[in-house]
Amino acid sequence: MSNAIAMRVALLGNPNCGKTALFNLLTGSRQKVANFAGVTVERKEGQLRMPDGRSVTVLDLPGAYSLNPTSADETITRDVVLGTLAGEAVPDLVVCVTDATNLNLNLRMVLEVRRFGVPMVLALNMADVARRRGITIDTPALARELGVPVVETVAVHRGGADALIAQLAHAAPSPRSAVPPEWHVPDAADVATTYREVRRILGASVRQPTVDTRIDDALDRVLLHPLWGTLILAGTLFLIFQAVFSWAGPPMDAIKSLVGAVGELLKETMADGMLRSLIVDGIVAGVGSVLVFLPQILILFLFLLFLEDSGYLPRAAFLLDRVMGTVGLSGRSFIPLLSSFACAVPGIMATRTISNARDRLTTIMIVPLMTCSARLPVYALVIGAFVPKRVVGGLFNLQGLVLFVLYLAGIAGAMAVAYIMQRAGGRATQHPLLMELPSYRWPNLRNLAYGLWERARIFLARVGTIILALMIVLWFLSTFPAPPTGATGPAIQYSYAGVLGHALEYVFAPIGFNWQISIALVPGLAAREVAIGALGTVYALSSVDNELAAQLSPMLANDWPLATAFSLLAWYVFAPQCISTLAITRRETNSWFYPLAMAGYLFALAYLAAFVTYRVTLLFTGIG
Amino acid sequence: MNAMPPADAPSSLADLPLGTPARVVGVRPAGASREARELALRLLEIGFMEGEPVRVIAQGHPGREPIAVRVGGTTFALRRFEAEQVMISLDTRGAVR
Repeated sequence: MSNAIAMRVALLGNPNCGKTALFNLLTGSRQKVANFAGVTVERKEGQLRMPDGRSVTVLDLPGAYSLNPTSADETITRDVVLGTLAGEAVPDLVVCVTDATNLNLNLRMVLEVRRFGVPMVLALNMADVARRRGITIDTPALARELGVPVVETVAVHRGGADALIAQLAHAAPSPRSAVPPEWHVPDAADVATTYREVRRILGASVRQPTVDTRIDDALDRVLLHPLWGTLILAGTLFLIFQAVFSWAGPPMDAIKSLVGAVGELLKETMADGMLRSLIVDGIVAGVGSVLVFLPQILILFLFLLFLEDSGYLPRAAFLLDRVMGTVGLSGRSFIPLLSSFACAVPGIMATRTISNARDRLTTIMIVPLMTCSARLPVYALVIGAFVPKRVVGGLFNLQGLVLFVLYLAGIAGAMAVAYIMQRAGGRATQHPLLMELPSYRWPNLRNLAYGLWERARIFLARVGTIILALMIVLWFLSTFPAPPTGATGPAIQYSYAGVLGHALEYVFAPIGFNWQISIALVPGLAAREVAIGALGTVYALSSVDNELAAQLSPMLANDWPLATAFSLLAWYVFAPQCISTLAITRRETNSWFYPLAMAGYLFALAYLAAFVTYRVTLLFTGIG
Repeated sequence: MNAMPPADAPSSLADLPLGTPARVVGVRPAGASREARELALRLLEIGFMEGEPVRVIAQGHPGREPIAVRVGGTTFALRRFEAEQVMISLDTRGAVR
């Protein structure tokens, strides 16, 4: 084999066939996640190291049921397979990944692809599960019938792709005809013909007992039950939020003390001066205050990945379909909204699975109202400073209850906005749900680990880039220009940030924000969690006392009236999301209108909510 | 549960009672609109093909919407208007009630 030409392989398959697990097994950690040129469909590519030392580029295509697309994802898949997507190299070989336990459904698209003369290999994935279920596949016969090589794979076992890798070693990059095959929309007769062909091929090569769905049946009887299923779902969600707060405590404390130790160490070893202030006050304190939230984010994603991998998430969407229906959405919107509790960016990306364009748009617009994990630090700080630790009703922690109310306020706001948007667009036509509820399975540890690692990497990259840069900029703004000689107030008053804060105070004074908060809101637009670091920096630089994180909470409790604290919380429930959210909205909607409209309505809503909260709280506390 | 009058056997998947085994007869010929054509085609593509065993395994509440349907070896969540496009006949082989 020539090792000069790098081979390009694309993985194609139905959703839920274990394609991504196979991709992880083939490429390990040598993966690159980006978007396809010009569109926002996620493009996952990785490198497979062959035993002979060659490297094969593996592309994980979005899952599809058919080459005849009903979503943006499926369109990309078709275009890559047919080699008609501009800016994307034509794959030398397509690996058709199939769920060996469900060839009835999976083989149809394989035949569709074969018709276009695309060079391909068929991978019978989950071959072990198929064997256990008594399905016997005569692989040579299947290969003969299809006219393509067939290999068995077990994506969840180490070495489970060896047969596929050996097969790839035989395949040389073969030039395709220069003219891309012509595509036309199939009709019902085409589909029926293909189906008969699937039946014939399976009849000649596969013996399967009647499908045993007893376990799934038993689980679904409970988990999809309108009452029991809903109770279990509510319990699961409650458990997730509990875990995010209680399990994350120890690792968060560890990170906090590590950051503190680093700050102390630097303070002792470095000479007093500008550079030390930049590193200790600006970088370590600022970045550290954000880094602390990594454990919470990972715990949240661990649960989400677990639910997704086990096949439960679409069932939750099924259960909530009616609830979502009351505001004109479908159950499909539930999954993106749930992800948005972690972060709005993956949430907005997840809306791509909503095939109805209007539903998708509405979902994108309300995603920022789901309380993302970046808002947690702000809530936690303010609640910790102002809400007493008290048990109410003999059972509930008052602080936890306030937090719960804030989450609910976001959800209620989202429902209201969705209702108005779906109404404003005129009476909705009936739109399809048509969502597969995959067979239950135990989540695979390796996949969970990869998913978490990816999340951690994204978060750390964000901390290392955007947040780090902002903290440095903020430090400069808060430090320069130096106060004039003979100035009495804290130095920051005379800095650019101080001037900006005082200017913004005119806008925010009616809702009770002082100039320190006004400054913190500016970098908070770029990344919400920075607001905490910013408050920390502002207060650290405006006081003589330099103890930061631990001191911030009591400092605020002294400095702010209760009405200001509540007003800030209300502001944060609705306030325009971080720049990343607006940027991803711009990309996903391919328009400037929607991100601007989103920022506008969120700003108005936030101002209104904060104003009402401030005034009402003043009524109860201020004068009394 | 309520006994079904045999004369009025359900003919569409939307009318099939929970848990009753049936078989797909076909998908209704698509109407004129593009959405209807796409829906009919997609239903065929995901396996609502003549002769396939089909069963309703769960129904939402209220209004028995949406429904979860097991067809062949795969399970799908459908709305009633989608299920209405699928014509069925009761599976006499499994009709022990």
